[in-house]
Amino acid sequence: MADLKSLSPCAGLLPLSRGALTLEEVAWDPIWSVAPYKGQMQDVSDLLNAALGVGFPVPGTWDGDANVRALWSGLDQAFLVGAKPPAGLTARAAVTDNSDSWACVALSGDDVEEVLARLVPVDLREAAFGIGRCIRTQVQHMACVVLRDAPDRFVIMAFRSMAGTLVHELDVAMQGVDARKPA
Amino acid sequence: MRLDGYGRIDRSVPVTFSFDGKSFVGFQGDTLASALLANDITLMGRSFKYHRPRGVLSAGSEEPNALMTVKRSGGGDPNVRATVQEIFDGMQAFSQNRWPSLDWDLLSINDLAAPFLTAGFYYKTFMWPKPFWEKVYEPFIRRAAGLGALDRVHNLDRYEKAYAFCDLLVIGGGPAGLMAALTAGRAGVDVILVDEDVQPGGRLLAEDECIDGVQATDWVTATLEELEALPTVRVMTRTAVTGAYDGGVYGAIERVGHHRATLGGLPLECFWRIMAKRAILAAGSIERPVAFRNNDRPGVMTAGAMRAYLHRWGVVPAQNVVVFGNNDDAHRTARDLVAAGVHVAALVDIRPDVVKSDAYQVIAGAVVSDVSGGRNGVESVRVTTPNGESRIQCGALAMSGGWNPTVHLACHMNGRPVWNEDISAFVPAPDMVPGLRAVGAAQGVFSTHGCLRDGAEAAVEVARELGVSATETALPEADDTPYALRPLWAVPHKGRAWLDFQNDVTVKDVTQAATENFRSVEHMKRYTTQGMATDQGKSSNVAALAVLADVTGRSIPETGTTTFRPPFVPVSIGAMGAGAQGKGFAPERKTTSHAATVERGAPMIEAGLWYRPSYFPKADERTWRESCDREVTMVRDSVGVCDVSTLGKIDIQGPDASAFLDFVYCNTFSTLKPGRVRYGLMLREDGHVMDDGTTARLDETHFVMTTTTAAAGQVMQHLEWVHQGVRPDLDVRIISATEQWAQFAVAGPKSRELLNGLLDESIDSEGWPFMACGAVSLMGVEGRLFRISFSGEHAYELAVPSRYGDSLYRELIARAEGLGGGAYGMEALNVLRIEKGFITHSEIHGRVTADDIGMGRMVSSKKDCVGKTMSERPGLSGAEREQLVGLKPIGAVKQLTAGAHLFERNAAPNRANDHGYITSVGFSPTLGHFIGLGFLLNGRARLGETVKMVDHLRELETLCEVIDPVMFDPDGGRVRG
Amino acid sequence: MRITCPICGERDIREFTYKGDAVALDRPAPDAGDEVWDEYMHLRDNPAGVTRELWMHSGGCGAWLVVTRDTVTHEIVGVALARDVEGAVA
Repeated sequence: MADLKSLSPCAGLLPLSRGALTLEEVAWDPIWSVAPYKGQMQDVSDLLNAALGVGFPVPGTWDGDANVRALWSGLDQAFLVGAKPPAGLTARAAVTDNSDSWACVALSGDDVEEVLARLVPVDLREAAFGIGRCIRTQVQHMACVVLRDAPDRFVIMAFRSMAGTLVHELDVAMQGVDARKPA
Repeated sequence: MRLDGYGRIDRSVPVTFSFDGKSFVGFQGDTLASALLANDITLMGRSFKYHRPRGVLSAGSEEPNALMTVKRSGGGDPNVRATVQEIFDGMQAFSQNRWPSLDWDLLSINDLAAPFLTAGFYYKTFMWPKPFWEKVYEPFIRRAAGLGALDRVHNLDRYEKAYAFCDLLVIGGGPAGLMAALTAGRAGVDVILVDEDVQPGGRLLAEDECIDGVQATDWVTATLEELEALPTVRVMTRTAVTGAYDGGVYGAIERVGHHRATLGGLPLECFWRIMAKRAILAAGSIERPVAFRNNDRPGVMTAGAMRAYLHRWGVVPAQNVVVFGNNDDAHRTARDLVAAGVHVAALVDIRPDVVKSDAYQVIAGAVVSDVSGGRNGVESVRVTTPNGESRIQCGALAMSGGWNPTVHLACHMNGRPVWNEDISAFVPAPDMVPGLRAVGAAQGVFSTHGCLRDGAEAAVEVARELGVSATETALPEADDTPYALRPLWAVPHKGRAWLDFQNDVTVKDVTQAATENFRSVEHMKRYTTQGMATDQGKSSNVAALAVLADVTGRSIPETGTTTFRPPFVPVSIGAMGAGAQGKGFAPERKTTSHAATVERGAPMIEAGLWYRPSYFPKADERTWRESCDREVTMVRDSVGVCDVSTLGKIDIQGPDASAFLDFVYCNTFSTLKPGRVRYGLMLREDGHVMDDGTTARLDETHFVMTTTTAAAGQVMQHLEWVHQGVRPDLDVRIISATEQWAQFAVAGPKSRELLNGLLDESIDSEGWPFMACGAVSLMGVEGRLFRISFSGEHAYELAVPSRYGDSLYRELIARAEGLGGGAYGMEALNVLRIEKGFITHSEIHGRVTADDIGMGRMVSSKKDCVGKTMSERPGLSGAEREQLVGLKPIGAVKQLTAGAHLFERNAAPNRANDHGYITSVGFSPTLGHFIGLGFLLNGRARLGETVKMVDHLRELETLCEVIDPVMFDPDGGRVRG
Repeated sequence: MRITCPICGERDIREFTYKGDAVALDRPAPDAGDEVWDEYMHLRDNPAGVTRELWMHSGGCGAWLVVTRDTVTHEIVGVALARDVEGAVA
């Protein structure tokens, strides 16, 4: 019997580059949603901190490092990236494996803010949206998570089924920004 | 013609373009209008209604006359304003609204019929006979009166949209705007300066004057250099702010590609949505013409436009010019023209007490009352004084009726501007748009010094409001000549005097409207169409209002003003819908089996945003029905595989999860045992069915709810609403897991055999009875298995993390084919479920109750739930309702159609006799005939009755027998097998 | 139009979904009677002035909001989380 073969959401679509802009898939695995029950926020945060060194992020931010991150992902909810929820968390929070729910792509380059300004209706300039920020918003018509993890790099997460459209929209915006560069 | 030594164009870069097929040369920096004037082309268009010859009136975006079609390789646009369009090599411009040519326009016969075509003519004349309007009159009028034509080919141009954010938006880059941006920018305020022109500068680019002892254009250049260097200032050119909206939102249209010969991946336009905490409106002002006979002839333009063509583009329309005005600005025009060596035959000023000049003849206390000439220009003007009339030869006429502050954006939120008697014009009132203040000429301050001061002061104030301390730096020295005028709107005389050039509205039209009692300014506007053209009457509104005030014996403030609405300048639909063309229209949602499905040649159909296979054609099958019949039979006889990942999957967890489900479903879930699945019916609060699906209890506090594909998003929002808005007391957390799982239905008598070759541990009936669920492992991958069925067969749904979806789907298909089965699509799925009487949103379409679909008893009497109280209302259940039934054709016609209506056998098929309708149909290969589901009045009591189906649209009629909706395996023996 | 979500801050209107009057928060008891339920379900004021409306930040954090808004000026005078608003508990 053959093994089941694993395919990433953007397999066959990425990477791509337009001028100095690049778009590549980010292999974030696993991704668990963590939603603390009533009154459990602090305990959940402490538990995460003790086990993984990241706290439950305040709204609009992410916490962590290249290995383990906690991304704020909505009302009373965060995504734990790179680690499974520690034992004991399920009593205090609803946890759900969402490792395969998201197409995660990284957009980088000098004009990265200009690219996202064509798709995302939120001020993502560095003064308003520095490293460590993470929000829920929309990229064109798609619900998404947007975070900045370097001065010239954003990670955008959209539903896996929309990976093709996500890449298409970002590519069109990248082309438009690149075309404006003086030759 | 072009004058040596004048103009701010780059004469080292010639640009070749064509107009109506004839080639011309202009220079870098020319607009289409200036380049044509430089080539002595004054006739640039035909008017909208009378097809009068027209030249350019203005030098800005307010231009009503010089509209053209501009083509480039691969595209083009109609109704381009020649005063805004920059020329580029290879550009082809064409005049519009003429036939066969601009010089010889046959429809100019309309002009001879003008006495009959005044305001209200259409309303009065084309009323009878009634059918003639659509068939004769309207097509003719539309042909005769019009703008440019679309080329009727698919628009391949790219358009872009973008968002921008700032603390201060400065609209307009003239002296006021530049000074505001500079003052705020130096203080570190986050500024966007937007200018609709090629570069900021505004009126300073069009005048000969000094700021701080240097040419004003040099001051502009230096200021721009400083602005570009400031870290918090962004300058956007070729960008017109088009609208002011709630919450500090401004729309703006940027011309990105219009001035380029080749686009090279660039969009034609970009539509910006700019979010600003504060805005400074420094949009300047627009000079107004004076209405007198034949004031629309080519060669007649506003005085400010003539100065702009002289100073900015080094162009004059003729060597011999008359200037006519009611204000000091007219004198400036005469002075500048004389200085450039142009002969000014006369300056005609209505004011009797004006200063004479040595350089030109001044005729004080006089008016220009008529213009003579051909279609290519002016030959002479008639001057009327209290003492009589005289005729003066000239090649062009510059006119100035004063200046109107550009108040439009300030009015976009329905605020009304106020009348300023000193300048005889409307100015913005404070706070017409929250956070926006007007400065400089837009506020009626017309001197350069006044504009600079106004801009700086406003910036300091805005900075303070934003919590930034800004200091007013020393103001540059600039001209501070006061502006004096005597109002003059229309020169009384016989003949037609134009107010609205673009919609061909004359003084007489406005007078006639008032005579017919259209005295309200809004009524006058609609009766005459004044101000309703694409220029929104920028050059004509105040004059038309003044004429109306005059004939109705009211003051202008009493008469009021019409409403200005976005957009300030025309915006192409392509730009407004940017990003939504083609693939950008809506996201495409693809399942993990998409590639394998397409490889098998399945046509894909849209289900919401999802793409799902319709059927899987075999080589020898010629119609979709053949494939569908085979797939249905395959599921009934062996095993079929279908991707059902598109159904919504919602994780519901928490101490109160079961109580929450009891509240959102009409039936009970708290009694469901872990490891089991239950069908649930969800109501809206109004008592009608919202959605249905199965919900599995994975453990005591963890459920997975399934929704229909179509309603997944709606149900998710509903659950959050109930949780946050109605039952925040319940401790529960809801998260979508739809995308996490690739889920496949494996259906048919051989389904378990198929799975047992695949799962790491085999399953049997005791461990996995109907409606069981739990974790399974296959090839080392953790998955979930649900023994549920939407086909009525012994069936499972197998879920694995999506990354394995493609691989598992291929494996399942291969194994199914080994067992005599295979893939099935939506058509077969639909037939299978109709055979079993299972409902979809074709049945639960929003107007049916649980009782209508035979599930009234599911609404538990032991608990409250959403929709329960309202579902108990009289009239929502019982014999007077249309109830779900099955149908089979028994007449000569053996076909049923969805959407057809049901009638008693011998009743006339009209609305009064309507007894119901059909919602779903299909051909059942299992039963050998068409089957349908539908709603029939008191249907459950009418099983066995013969009713008549009539499809009025498809003209189909047949007799049907009313049968139980469960048409196959009514005992459910197969599903438990 | 911009709405200031208590969780996410000021956001564009396109991120929000409208539901209706905030009266929906005051769900009557099942036995409150026909008139009360009729009013709850169907009867709405249409004031020229301040209204309380339900919006969901569907394109953002997912919170249901009570937005207090002036229908004449379009000014938004307050935004609160629906779950924090009194009367939300059945």
